[in-house]
Amino acid sequence: MISLTSEYRTPFHALPAGGKLLALCLFTFAVFYLDTVAAALAVTGAVAVAYGIGGMRFARQGLRMMRPVFWMALIILAYHLAIREWAEGAIVVLRLIAAVGLANLVTMTTRLDDMLAVIERMLARIGVSERARRRLALAVALVIRFTPVLAQKGARLIEAWRARSVKRPGWRLVLPIALLAVDDADRVAEALKARSGGL
Amino acid sequence: MERNLTLIALFAALIAALGLIPKFTLASGVPISAQSLGIMLCGTVLGAKRGTLAVLLFLGLVALGLPLLAGGRGGLGVFNGVTVGYLIGFPVAAFVTGALAQAWRDRGGWIFPSVAALIGGVVVMNILGIAGMAVKLDKTLVEASLLATPFIPGDVLKCVLAGLITQGLQKARPGLLQA
Repeated sequence: MISLTSEYRTPFHALPAGGKLLALCLFTFAVFYLDTVAAALAVTGAVAVAYGIGGMRFARQGLRMMRPVFWMALIILAYHLAIREWAEGAIVVLRLIAAVGLANLVTMTTRLDDMLAVIERMLARIGVSERARRRLALAVALVIRFTPVLAQKGARLIEAWRARSVKRPGWRLVLPIALLAVDDADRVAEALKARSGGL
Repeated sequence: MERNLTLIALFAALIAALGLIPKFTLASGVPISAQSLGIMLCGTVLGAKRGTLAVLLFLGLVALGLPLLAGGRGGLGVFNGVTVGYLIGFPVAAFVTGALAQAWRDRGGWIFPSVAALIGGVVVMNILGIAGMAVKLDKTLVEASLLATPFIPGDVLKCVLAGLITQGLQKARPGLLQA
């Protein structure tokens, strides 16, 4: 499955994942306390510059990921213009864009394996047993493997529906898709039991 | 043991897959994604504990950077966005839905799981979602709830569907809900 990590290399890719996550936590916390337009503008500008360091194509990719946030921002701004509190609206919107922007930046520059490694280390440190960690890793792998499988089978069901009906496919397809998930779960459980000697 | 783990993983995958299939549109024209239907099904089918774990697994993978939320969204950004209250609401909704569905399980039919989904997947989910928007946007709860209103009819419809689908699954695979 395609993850959201960007294929365009940036200097941020080389930074350790744990450090990036910690910095993001602190940043997110701090952003909440910005209360002047100038400060919010400066911080949002800094995030934009960070995207700029990644290069043009990387920045464009980042902008695409932000699109839902921009729509939300427009709605909020319109509302604030209507109640004539544009400064407060600008702060709220800029804070939102900065926080989401930096979080996306971390996601775009950190590989899935590195993220998983951080989680694994953290769980080990807080005393989660190795057996529990192995089960979690297996569950993660199963989701990554079976999401496209289920989506593909669902798409095939939609095709089958379209071939036979003039009506649009709808909620009726959710039951067979859920049934596929239940049956796959049974089969994988059997296979695990047969091969793994217990989890 | 193995089956609990695979059911949790496969239902997490189901939530993701339901977000990938095209949206269906209500008569009123508001598009609804099947993803929150997946959250409700986690509760009504898997029960409180496994259902919550499936949803947490799904959210964990979203946070790690997989584009599994409806519309191909994902990554850490969504947890900083306006809708974070709904993401926090996902596992809580699955838990409440699951606890109620389990309590009412021997009554059968589709009504009870539907009501469980309504309380967990709509009432609890929207309380947390709206509270999240109010905090993120510095708004009052009333202002924030205006943003959520267009989606409520679709949510209510999804509860009915969740009940019907749960009943259908039980008919197709008796024994699934007893575990």
